[in-house]
Formats: sequence, C-alpha cells, structure tokens
Amino acid sequence: MFGAGGGTSSFEEIEHANVILLWGSNARAAHPIFFHHLLKGVHNGARLYCIDPRRSESARWADVWLGIDVGSDIALANAMAKVIIERDLHNREFIDRATTGFEAYAATVNEYSLDRAAEITGIPGDVIEEMAIAYATADMAQICWTLGITEHHNATDNVLALISLALLTGHVGRYGSGLAPLRGQNNVQGGGDMGAIPNKLPGFQDVENDAIRSRIEGIWGRSIPPKRGWHLTQMFEAMEAGMLRGLYVIGENPADSEADVNHARKLLAGLDFLVVQDIFLTRTAAMADVVFSSAADWCESEGTVTNSERRVQRVRKALEPPGEARTDLSIINHLAGAFGGGWGYPSPQEAWNELRKVSPMHAGMSYPRLEAMGGIQWPCWDESHPGEKFIHHRLWEDPVVGDPAPFIPTEWVAPVDRLTHDYPYRLTTGRYLDDFNTGVQSGGFDSPTRIGGMLDLSPEDAKRLAVGNGDLLQVSSRRGSIQVPVRIDESLRGGLVFMSVHYAESADVNQLTIEAWDPKSGTAEFKATAVRLERVEPGTAAEDMIGEKVGV
Amino acid sequence: MAAEATTAERAVVERAVAAGETVEVPGRVVRGGHEARSLRHLLLPALAALQSEIGWVTPGGLNEVCRRLVVPPAEAFGVASFYALISTEERPPIVVHVCDDVACRQSGGSDLLSDLWDRGDVVTTPCLGLCDRRPAAFVQRAGRPDLTIAPATVDNLISALDGAEVRDHVTFVHSMNLLARIGAIDPGSLNDYRSAGGYLALSRAFDLGAAVVVDEIKKSGLKGRGGAAFPTGIKWEAVAREPAPRIVVCNADESEPGTFKDRVVMEGDPFALVEAMTIAAFAVGASRGYLYVRGEYPGATSRMIAAVESARAAGLLGESILGSDLSFDIEIRRGQGAYICGEETALFNSIEGFRGEPRQKPPYPVQSGLFNRPTVINNVETLINVNRIVLEGGEAFAAIGTVESSGTRLFCLSGDVVRPGVYEVEFGATLGDLIDLAGGPESDLASVLLGGAAGTFVGAEHLDLPLTFEAARAAGISLGSGVVMVFNSTRDMHDVVRRVARFFRDESCGQCVPCRVGTVRVEEAVARANGGVDVALIDDLDRAMKDASICGLGHTAASVVRSAISRGLI
Repeated sequence: MFGAGGGTSSFEEIEHANVILLWGSNARAAHPIFFHHLLKGVHNGARLYCIDPRRSESARWADVWLGIDVGSDIALANAMAKVIIERDLHNREFIDRATTGFEAYAATVNEYSLDRAAEITGIPGDVIEEMAIAYATADMAQICWTLGITEHHNATDNVLALISLALLTGHVGRYGSGLAPLRGQNNVQGGGDMGAIPNKLPGFQDVENDAIRSRIEGIWGRSIPPKRGWHLTQMFEAMEAGMLRGLYVIGENPADSEADVNHARKLLAGLDFLVVQDIFLTRTAAMADVVFSSAADWCESEGTVTNSERRVQRVRKALEPPGEARTDLSIINHLAGAFGGGWGYPSPQEAWNELRKVSPMHAGMSYPRLEAMGGIQWPCWDESHPGEKFIHHRLWEDPVVGDPAPFIPTEWVAPVDRLTHDYPYRLTTGRYLDDFNTGVQSGGFDSPTRIGGMLDLSPEDAKRLAVGNGDLLQVSSRRGSIQVPVRIDESLRGGLVFMSVHYAESADVNQLTIEAWDPKSGTAEFKATAVRLERVEPGTAAEDMIGEKVGV
Repeated sequence: MAAEATTAERAVVERAVAAGETVEVPGRVVRGGHEARSLRHLLLPALAALQSEIGWVTPGGLNEVCRRLVVPPAEAFGVASFYALISTEERPPIVVHVCDDVACRQSGGSDLLSDLWDRGDVVTTPCLGLCDRRPAAFVQRAGRPDLTIAPATVDNLISALDGAEVRDHVTFVHSMNLLARIGAIDPGSLNDYRSAGGYLALSRAFDLGAAVVVDEIKKSGLKGRGGAAFPTGIKWEAVAREPAPRIVVCNADESEPGTFKDRVVMEGDPFALVEAMTIAAFAVGASRGYLYVRGEYPGATSRMIAAVESARAAGLLGESILGSDLSFDIEIRRGQGAYICGEETALFNSIEGFRGEPRQKPPYPVQSGLFNRPTVINNVETLINVNRIVLEGGEAFAAIGTVESSGTRLFCLSGDVVRPGVYEVEFGATLGDLIDLAGGPESDLASVLLGGAAGTFVGAEHLDLPLTFEAARAAGISLGSGVVMVFNSTRDMHDVVRRVARFFRDESCGQCVPCRVGTVRVEEAVARANGGVDVALIDDLDRAMKDASICGLGHTAASVVRSAISRGLI
C-alpha cells in the first residue's frame, strides 16, 4: 500500500492496540501464530470487532461479531467512513497534510447511508455506527484482513476501502495503528519481495520504470524485458487463447487450487510442455512432462523467509534432502546453466548478497546481521539501519516526506455469481486449523481434530433440507456439481454454506467456484459462489460412487 | 456436534448467569468478548446451580455455561472436576456423603458406611464440621436444598435417601462474650440482633472514623484466628493505604478437620458477621464484600443469605449505610468441596472461577488479592472480635488474655470428651482447663490432636500448657483453627494417622509436584508402617514439601504424621 507491498505494523503493535478490526479473516484457524499476538492485545484490553459472514472460531473471541453478507465489505467500509466524517471524527490535520483526494472520497462515501449499508451488508446500522465510532476514536487501532477481503473479483477495491478508513482516521504510520494483511504462509511476503510478481523487480521496484531497469541491468549485465508479465489468471487466459504453450510451476498446485478447476485442469492438460518443481507429487505434478523434486525449504536448505511483519529471517538446513531432491536454488541454477545462462552456482548467501545490491530496501541485511538481530524488518537501507518496526511514518513527518497518500474512492459491486431461484445458496470457502491449502503438505499427517471434506450447513437449512450430519448433498454451481457429506454448523446462518479448500480428493470445492477475477490483483472470487443443494437419497447409484471416491 | 443443553438445564444456567454472551441479531450480531469474559466469576455458581438443580453437571449444561461466559469447555471441565461436590458424571438424584474423617470414623462413621456400602448413592467425605455430633452426613438432593444430618444413623440416612426431611441437632456452646447471642436470640431476626446490642458497634465505628477504627484494632493486638495468627490491624492498615477499589473477603471455608466454630457463629449469630464485615469495609474503604462459605454448610449458608438480605432491606448494606458515606454490599459464594480453598489465594481463584489453586506470593492479598484488588481477608472468628473491639476499645481488649495473645479464643472440642462443643475461653487457659470445661475425657485421655489435620498430637503431659500463641510456639505446636480432639487409649491411632495422610493426598491441589507426589508417598509410608515406620523417609518428604510447596497445605501435610511418630503413636 502506498507503494510498499507489505503490512504496515509489527506483530508487537497489535498487542498494544485499543481497537482491532479483524475483517474477512479466521486467523485463529488460518493464522494461528498471528492470532496469538492478537489475543495478547485482547487480553491487554483491546476491543475486537470481527467482520465475517460466519461466526468463526476467531469471532468467538470478539466483543462484537458482525455477520456480513459475502462480498459487501465496501458498503460497510464506506458507511463507516460516512459516519466518521459526519460526526467529525476524521483526522483533518492528517488528511490535509498527508493525503490527496479526500473530497472525491467523501463524496463517494456520502452515498452510503447506514440504512443503505444495512440493506447491502445485513448488519444493523447502529452496529456499523458503533464500530465506526470505536475505530475512529481509538488511540491505536489496527485493521487485519485476509482472503475474505482479497478473494473477490474486486479484491483491490476491497483493500482500498480499508486503507481509506486508516487514512481518514490517521490510523497508519504510527506505533500501534496500522493495516495488517495477513500472509497465509511463512514466506508469501518473501515471494513478493523477491520479485515473483509479474510487474515488479525485487524490492517492489517497477519493471516498467526505465531508470530502475537500467540500474539493475547494470548489476546483472543482462537486459530485462521492459513490459510486465502475466499473472496466474492471465496465464490461464493465455492458455485458453493458445498463446501460452509451456509452463514451469514451482511450489504451486493449480490443478487443485484454481477456481473453476475442471476448466483449469483441461487447460493444463492441453499444454505442449509442463514442468513442475515441488516437494510432493501433487495433482499438477502428476500431469507434468518433467518433475523436479525439490528440497523442503524450511529444513533441507539454507536461505531466508519473510513473514507478515516484513521480518526477514534466516532459515537453516537441518537435514539432507532425500533421494535426488535438490534445493530450488540449485535446480534453477542448473536449469540456467543448461540454457547457457552461465550464472554459476552461487551459495544461498551469495545469491542473497546479490539481492542486497538489486533491492535497496534489503541492502543492510547481511547474514551476520540477520543472525545477530533475530531477523530484520524491511526497509533496511544500510548496515547501520535497524529496520523499521512500522512503515509510512513519513506521512507524519512535517513536512511529509515523499508523495502524499491518495484516497481512492471505491464503489460496492455485488459478487459476480448472483444468487437466483436456481442457485439460492451462497457458498464461501476457507481453511480449517488442521490443514493447509490443497492439503499437499498437511494431508499426509493425522490430526485428532480433522473434520475432512464436508459442506458446513446452518441448522435451519439442515432442517429445511431434512439432512443430518454425514448425509450427502449434491452441491451444484453454474460450473460444476459435486457430492459432499453435511456437517451442521451453528456458526452459519440460513442461506450461507461453507467448504474448506483442503480436500480436492473427496470434496473438490473448486469444481464449483467461479473464475471471475480481479483485474488489478489477478485473484479469483473463491469466496462467493452461488450453489444449489439437493439431498442425495440413500442407496442411489450416485451415492455409491461418491462413497468410493471418499474412500480413496 | 457439541452436546446441547436441555430446556431445564438452559433455564438453570440462565438464572445463574443472567448476562454473558448475547445474540443481538440472530446470524448477524453477537456480543461477547470482554464483557462476557468479565463474568468468569459466575462459572462456579453456574456449575453449582447445575449440580444442585439437575443433580450433576451434564455435558450440555457445561457447554451452555461455557457459551455464555466464553470459557473453553476444557477449562470449565477442569474447574468442575476440581471440586468434590460437583459431579461431571451422572449420579443418583440423592447422594449421601458420610464422614469417615478422624472424629467420625471412631464412632459409627465407618459402621454406617459398611452398612450402606453397596448403595451407589452413598460416598465418603472428609470432615463435615459436625464433629460434636458424630457420626455426620451431608446430603445432596437434585432440585432441593442440601442438608446435613448429625448424628447420622442407618435409619435416618435411609429415610433421607427416600426423600424425607431429617432434623439436625445443635452444637453445645460455652460463651464468655463472642457467643453470647447464640441460642439466646432468633438468628433470623434483625430486630432480635439489634435489641441484643447489634449494630451499636457499626454506629460507633462511624463516630470514630475509619482511621481510628484501624488504630483501635491495632491497639487491641487482635491476631488472625484462621491459623496464621497475623495481626489484623496491620493487615487493615496496609489495605487502607492501597488504591481503591478495595475488597473485604470473609473466609468461611472452614474445612480443617475437627473445626466447626465458624459454622456455629454463622448459624447462631449471622448478623454479627455481617456487621463485622461492614465495619471492616468502613475501616479500609472497601465497597464490595464476599463471604465464601464452605459448601458442606447449607445451614450456615441459608442463615447468612437471610441475614444479608435483611440487612440490605434495612439499609444496613447497600448505598449510604445508616446515612453515612459508606456504600458496601456482600455477595455470598458457596465453596464446592475443596479443603485447599481455605488457603486465601486459592479462595480468590475459586471466587474468580478458576481452579482453587493457591497463587504464588508475593504479591500479597493486601496489594493484589481478589480480582487483583487490594483485599482484606479475615476468618469468621477474627471478624466477630472486631465488633467487641470497636465497642469496648482496643486497650480494653488487649487487657484480656496475655500480652501476645489478647482476647478470647474459640476452641472446638470433639472426640472422647463428655461434652463436645465450641468453648470460648480467655487466652491463658490451659489445655487441661479446657478439657475440664467440657466435662473431662469420656474415659481416659491418651492423646489430643491440636490444630486439626495440619496440627500436632500432644499428650497428658501437655495438660498444663496454656493455649496461647506464644506458649504453643515455644512448645513447637500450633493452635491452628482451635481444634482440640481427644483420643482415649482404645483408639486405633495408626488408623487415625493413616486417615489424615489420605486426607492430604486427596486434598493436595496437585499444582506443586513435591506436595502432589509427597502426600501420596507419605500415605504409602504410613500404610506400610504397622510396626515400624520409615522415619527417615517421612522426614525427607516433609522437608521437600516444606521447601518446595507454595502454600501451607504442603508445608503442614506431614506434621501430624511426624508428631505421631515422635509420640510413638504409630
């Protein structure tokens, strides 16, 4: 945000916040380490508002749970902003000095009355008002979010709506106040930081900026393509258009994780050449022409990872990789060698030191410093710089250093997959505590509390459909249809159903999800699918079939 | 899916926990969080309500309590299973607890048990505080109030199991001053109390002012009667210096085997305790009071509830008491069967809704006690002395007894004496005086247990020992909670000592390893000891428990065993 792709605050800061908005996140199950920090904040007295369609495990810790309708977040955020402005609780001085575009933003949010927001979100206006006032008047306040905000066709707008709330109240760029997008793995942040984004070079440097490109070309002694590449969703569109014929997949399992996955599998199968590099033989790897078996990064190789608070930490090798597996670095270097690249075979530390030359925000992070300081939070400009606990404090300097932060007004748009008479239920997806994403890394381990692939259903809908725990339902969307056993879950209200993303083998939820995606981030709308539910009568052929499938 | 509460269970929980987590708009808005979690102190009352109304804490009932209070069910189960009077397994609707502790097992308790042993609805219990009328029993009845039966017979126990109301007897009382109203006035009548001199002390306290009251208590030399003998005035002064809000707690969890004086005071003169707590609140500037009564005392509990309600109705509790600036009220909490909750910090944890495990000290209660607030915690007997001190003045009180042990003391005489009961004597009276006052030994006197399970055995050579703090200390014994239990020469002392050892094994909260393991090892050593106990092993275990347990339970767990060994009783 405002040019830096990371959360603004440290984990430590949420422990001292007065108000926490946990928005579109079941962190207790999906980000349990972060949730410990959040709970420390709660135990220190922070009021927790949890905005989630489901009354999730996280919401059970909340002072107030707001059971929002899936995909109505912008309406909620804009209505909060209108309350804050009308009650004169916005930080005028901060807005004047450090932001641009307030007038246009105020005009946009003015259209979101509490009544209108209540109608769109399903949350009573007085509760929206209460949360707005609590957020605006808090000394220190944090907004934390995850995929409930970003797995939508308008993901970027959702994020902008939250950022605008922080700008409006000055809850950014100072200790204790900030914006915290939670990363789902130990190194999602690091992947982006290193430039594994189609439009960025390492350190979030714009690939289409000539000056930046030429500086890095100088370091690398090679020319860099001047135009941005494709992101994942665009790649699949290019496959469909026949423009993309070969694919090199590293540590990703799109054959299970893509929305509208039947379609994605067809496209992957139609490629001329598919290379997969992974530590497991995933469904995608099983389709590949060549598989590079790689070492597990967290225990079989040296290097660094970067967490959600921008902290770069050393990873140390504890085990030799099994069999012929090699580290990702080794595989890529050998591949480059075979292509005639002549990169040589740098050690992880040498590769890191090269990055420190390329990415100014990592320049001060030598291995000895990372080790001595227990990790360093970027930016870290030189070897005397301690790193930054929180970023964007420049917005509070007088005068403001750098560009002011722009308000970007956003309008609420309903999810693409509309609820109709034929598809009347809203299916949303998420994670359970025991499992991780497509289950590749977690499915091989037993867990005493694993639920398995189920469709979670509210007690009232279970009654209406006359199904009990374990009964089979035929779940159909406009794209696919699967059979799944039911689990009655009182955290859901009528009309809302939930499936986890972990069990492609038994409950292949992405056959149902929609590929509609956000043009700015490339994320698909996993969180909002319209489905129809039908009871599967016991003893039918269909049930026998699914029985076998579940038993796999 | 988690077990659901029945309609009846839900209603019970709703009465016990009126607020808590609330669904404001179904499926849309739920309020809980800090507000709901701040009601954690209602956990034990809610579990106790389920126990009392439903007969046991059902999984559905437990879940309903947890949902309202936002407590993880595993944690609430840990609390429920900590207390002997709460069952997390289904039980018959009426359960009789027959005392098989040191006094009762000598006279019929064990026989009763063997007669009724094959019934699923009879269990054993440690001392019920009814030693004067042994053998004793306590009855839990689903949907009806608990009751006590003493003396218990096979006949009256069976009729109680059949649902009949059984009459309880009264305790003999010898008074010099503190017990004067007991048996003389109607304990349910505030008017009787006032016409017998009640509430004059509170009026006088208002006249004197808080600082002077504290000063008078200091001058009186009053020392705590719960066992530790800490100067009360010093405690009050320390709390008064700490920031508000401050809390007054009365420790009425009288569980030391052989002790029943506090029960007698609460049953016979409940307003005296209410008045004394009010004076304490005035003196230290507290607005909230808690009275924690032992769960096995249903009679004392209902007397105290009635007294607090009458006092509140008469403006003697609540806002601006007697037109003064003092606003103070008392909440009554029932223990649920745990000796350790008599330890002051364990008692705080119990009220707060946690397992009754003692806390590490410091911080001391005067700085951080109940709900982490500065807290005066005093025993019942200590507090009722306050009324007298305020009326007569600290100096007059200090003139009674000896220099170091001022005032009078309540002793609980039981065992083989002619007239068991509560005896008030001036400090300085000897053990022999006391036993003579109780009509002498029933047959002969072989040994006397002083101070209860945490105390020591003495013999006939101690009859001239003055029962003062200083004389006891010099003799290496403790007066503890005022237990004087007499044993004649026919008693099986090995059996008695083994019961005491079992008591500590059962009642150790398990928090400190030396105590958790040590109490088991002591019991094993005693069990093996017929004809020669391993003295070195007992000494070793005693040292480990003294050195490395955080509370008095571990410190004193081997005391009786060691004194029995040194006297050649086992």
